[in-house]
Amino acid sequence: MTDTADSPPTPRRADRPEPTFAGTPPFPEAARAALANEQLRANLGRATATIRTKRAAVVAERTDWEALRVAGAAIKDEVLRDLPALLEQLEGAVTAAGGTVHWARDAAEANAVVAEIVRANGASEVVKVKSMATQEIELNEALRQDGIDVWETDLAEMIVQLGHDLPSHILVPAIHRNRTEIRDIFIDEMGRVGRPAPAGLTDEPSELAEAARLHLREKFLRARVAVSGANFAVAETGTVVVLESEGNGRMCLTLPEVLITVMGIEKLVPTWRDLEVFLQLLPRSSTAERMNPYTSIWTGVTPGDGPGAFHLILLDNGRTDVLSDSVGRQALRCIRCSACLNVCPVYERTGGQAYGSVYPGPIGAILTPQLRGIAKHPVDKQTASLPFASSLCGACFDVCPVRIDIPEVLVHLRGQVVRGSEATHRVPGPEAIGMRAAAWTLRTPRRLGLAERAAGLGGRMFARRGMLRRIPGPGPVGAWFRARDLKAPARESFRAWWRRTHGGRDE
Amino acid sequence: MRVALFITCYNDLMYPEVGQAIVRLLRRLGHEVEFPAEQTCCGQMHFNSGYQDACIPLVQRFVDAFADYDVVVTPSGSCASMVRRYHPLVAELAAAQGVDATLSEKVATVSPRVLELTEFLIDVLGVTDVGARFPHTVAFHPTCHSTRLLGVGDRPRRLLAAVDGLTLVDLPRSEACCGFGGTFAVKNADTSVAMGLDKADDVRGSGAEVLTAGDTSCLMHIGGLLSRQRSPVRVMHLAEILAETGTEAGA
Repeated sequence: MTDTADSPPTPRRADRPEPTFAGTPPFPEAARAALANEQLRANLGRATATIRTKRAAVVAERTDWEALRVAGAAIKDEVLRDLPALLEQLEGAVTAAGGTVHWARDAAEANAVVAEIVRANGASEVVKVKSMATQEIELNEALRQDGIDVWETDLAEMIVQLGHDLPSHILVPAIHRNRTEIRDIFIDEMGRVGRPAPAGLTDEPSELAEAARLHLREKFLRARVAVSGANFAVAETGTVVVLESEGNGRMCLTLPEVLITVMGIEKLVPTWRDLEVFLQLLPRSSTAERMNPYTSIWTGVTPGDGPGAFHLILLDNGRTDVLSDSVGRQALRCIRCSACLNVCPVYERTGGQAYGSVYPGPIGAILTPQLRGIAKHPVDKQTASLPFASSLCGACFDVCPVRIDIPEVLVHLRGQVVRGSEATHRVPGPEAIGMRAAAWTLRTPRRLGLAERAAGLGGRMFARRGMLRRIPGPGPVGAWFRARDLKAPARESFRAWWRRTHGGRDE
Repeated sequence: MRVALFITCYNDLMYPEVGQAIVRLLRRLGHEVEFPAEQTCCGQMHFNSGYQDACIPLVQRFVDAFADYDVVVTPSGSCASMVRRYHPLVAELAAAQGVDATLSEKVATVSPRVLELTEFLIDVLGVTDVGARFPHTVAFHPTCHSTRLLGVGDRPRRLLAAVDGLTLVDLPRSEACCGFGGTFAVKNADTSVAMGLDKADDVRGSGAEVLTAGDTSCLMHIGGLLSRQRSPVRVMHLAEILAETGTEAGA
C-alpha cells in the first residue's frame, strides 16, 4: 500500500524485534564497555548531577522528611505483612467498581492475559503508559510476537523504543542520550512507524517535544486499548493511581475504550489516606518536584467517562519469593523513584544498561537477583555479579524515601551468592580459597603476625621508595596494579613495633 | 578509664605509623593506650564479601580481646562501623547456626564502646585542639563509612581546623565515594578506578599538598592512583596530622 499525499501515514510495525537484556555479560564486563563510552559518561554525569542537586533542594525544604520516610517504610511493611488479605480486599473493591481482576503467577501468564484482552477487543495495537512492571515481563516483545503493535508514549520511553535501544534508568529511560542523539533518532525512525519528524528538526527541547507530541497524537486518538502500570493501588477502595509528568499517561488512561493495568502485587497501600505519604515522598524523590504534575486516579469504570472496560492484572513474577526472605523483602517497599540511581557513584559512571535488567542501579542490584530467585537456587553469572556492583558507600540508603537499607541487602545477597557457589562447585574457586585462607590466618594473632612478617619481607623486595608499582598478575593483583600503585606492607607491623618498643616507650 | 587501641588488621600490616601516631597523640594528651595483643580483625572483608560465617570466630576473638576495656579507639571509621553496626548481625548468625548463643550478649556490651578516633577525641576526651602543628595545605576526604554508617559528622573537620598552621582547602564533591569499597576495588576494578580517578582529579585540583581521611583503606586507593600519576600530593591519616607538633621529621 502506498501513502498518498492526502491520506494519513500508514503505521507500520518496526522491522526489528524489541531488544531485551538477555545476553548482557556480568557486571564488571558490561561496566568496562560502558566506561569506555565517553559520550555516555558525559550524558550521565551531567544528568545525574542535575537531578541530585534538585532533589536535595526540595527534600531540604521539608522539616518532616525523616518522619515521612519512616511512615512510608511502615506503611509498606504493613502491606507486606498483610499482603494476601489486602490483595483480596483490592480484588473485591475493583470488581465491585466494575473492573476485572486477573492473577498472574509470572511474565508468561501476565503477557497472555494482556494479549487475550487485546484480541478479544479486535484491536491490533496498544498505547502504553510508562510502566516498570510491563518492562519487567517484556510485554512489548510478547505482544509483538502475537502481531500486536505497542506504542510507548512516555517521551523518554518512546526515544528508547524508536532507537531500538534498552532503558538505562527507571524514571528517565533515555538518560544516556543527549539532545542531538534524540533528534537523530526522531529523524531516522519516526516516519517508519507513523508521523515523521517535521522537516528541519533541530535539537531544541521545545522542537523535540513538539515533534513527539505530533507523532504521538495520532496514536492516542486511534488506539482502542491502553496498557499501564500502577504506582499505587488502594486496597480499601480499589482505586488505582498513576503518576506521570507529561500528560501522555492521562491520554492513555482516559481516551481508549479498554484499559489494562499490570501491577506488581507489592504496589498496594491499605487505605486512601496512606496515599498522602507517598504523594509527598515520590515526586520529591524522583523528579525533584514538590507536587506531581499529572496524577491519574480511577476506581473501576464510570459509564460515559473514560474507558468502558478496566482490567487489573496482579503480577507475582518472583515477588512472593522476595517476600519470604526476611532481610531481602524490604526491597519490595520500593516505589520506583530512582533516587538511589541518581546518587549512586557506580550507576553514574556505568549507566543502567550494564546492570542487564530493567531495574538498574542500587535497587536493581538487590531487586533483580531476588526476582530471579537467588534465595532459592544458584543463579547465572550475570545475576550473581549484581550484588557486588557496589562500593557499599551507602548514598542510596540515605536518599531512599522508604528507607530500604540497600547496602545491608547487598551484603546479605552476597552471602547467598557465595553459598550458592559453594553448593554447586565441588572444588572451591580461587576467591573462596583466598577468603578461607585469610580467615584462617586472621583467627590467631600468631598466624597474623607470621603473615605480616612475610608480607613485610615481600614488600621490601619489590618496593621502590615504599611503593609497589605495576606488578603484573592474574586476578585481583593485576586488577589493582593496572591503574594503581600500592603502598608496600610495612617492614615492621604495628604489633611487632609495640612488642619491640614496649608501646613506644623504648623508642 | 582503660583505653584499648584496635589497630585493625590492615593498619597493623600496612600503616603501623598510624597506630604509632595515635599512641603519641594520646600520650601527649595524658592518656595511656593499651594494645591487647590477642586482637586480629573485625571481619569486615569477609562479611562484606559474602563469607559471613567466617566472621563468627573473628567476632568471638574481638569481644574477648576487648572485654576488659572501657573504651576501644580505632583509626578506621569503616572498621568501627563494622563493629557497631554489623557485629550484632554476626552474633545473630552465630546463634541461628547454633555455634554460639552467648555472642550476642558479649557484642552488645563491647561493640558500643568501640569509637573511631575523632569520636574518642571529641566525645570522650572533650578536646578539639589537640595541640598539633602542621603548616601545610590539606584536603579532607570524608569517607563513606565514617560519615554515612558511623555518623562522625564534622568532628574530623573541627579537629583539623584547630591544628596550628594547617590550611584546610575545599575538596569539591567531597561526599562522593572514592571507589575503594574493599574487594570492589579488584572485582569491579574498572569502575573503582573510574571513581578513584575523579576523586584524584578533585584532589589535585584542590591545591592541597596533603590528602587526609579517617580511613587508610580509602587513602591507599586514592594514594595509589596519585602515585601512578606521579602527583606530589601525599596521603596521611588524620591521626598522623593530629600527632604532628611541627618538630618531627617529615612535617
